[in-house]
Amino acid sequence: MAIIFNNQEIETDKQGYLLDHTLWQPELAVIMAKADDFALTPAHWEVINFVREFYLTYNTSPAIRALTKAMKAEFGEEKSSSRYLYRLFPEGPAKQATKYAGLPKPARCI
Amino acid sequence: MNELAIVNSKAPFGSSSGKEALDIALIFASYEQGVSLFFQGDGVFQLKAEQDASLISIKDYLKTFAAFDFYDIEHIYVCDTSLSQRSMSNDFHIDGVEVLGSETFAAKLNEHKTILRF
Repeated sequence: MAIIFNNQEIETDKQGYLLDHTLWQPELAVIMAKADDFALTPAHWEVINFVREFYLTYNTSPAIRALTKAMKAEFGEEKSSSRYLYRLFPEGPAKQATKYAGLPKPARCI
Repeated sequence: MNELAIVNSKAPFGSSSGKEALDIALIFASYEQGVSLFFQGDGVFQLKAEQDASLISIKDYLKTFAAFDFYDIEHIYVCDTSLSQRSMSNDFHIDGVEVLGSETFAAKLNEHKTILRF
């Protein structure tokens, strides 16, 4: 599996997660989301960028509980509840946001 | 009675023990189970500051320790005998580590319902 981008083949796994997170760029998130019929709003981008930053800092994709706790410090209560995040990413914030952020699928799925 | 104690007694990177212990800790913590971490023997090397696993092309799982706060993992204990046997200072790469004498360390461990050793 691969995404063709700028005449480059970017390898992905079966579910469309990048195999090498260092190849990620914002345009790829748009392409991946389009393939899933998923529209990215600024609110989605806020989470995607946050998750990516978290991974680069701590070398792990945050599970939902850690994500809400970490986001609360940054964005406040309203924009960090799991309800808010699930409304943005109905299939699971950790699962979907990590995908568009170009990160490996979290082993701990919720 | 605290829930789960995870004992780390192996050095990082030489085996997968440390990484596995971390994965278990994060899984339990994600489901709001109380987790305490204990470091003894060569396990204390996992707390040593200024290590860089990228030099040997290994994923540096120690960087994840700094995220414990987000997982509500707040009880981290290290045995001072193990530290002094290895001439190690209290210069750890994360905050909130409690250095305990070996008797206190053992007593603290005994307060847990379940103990997993790595």
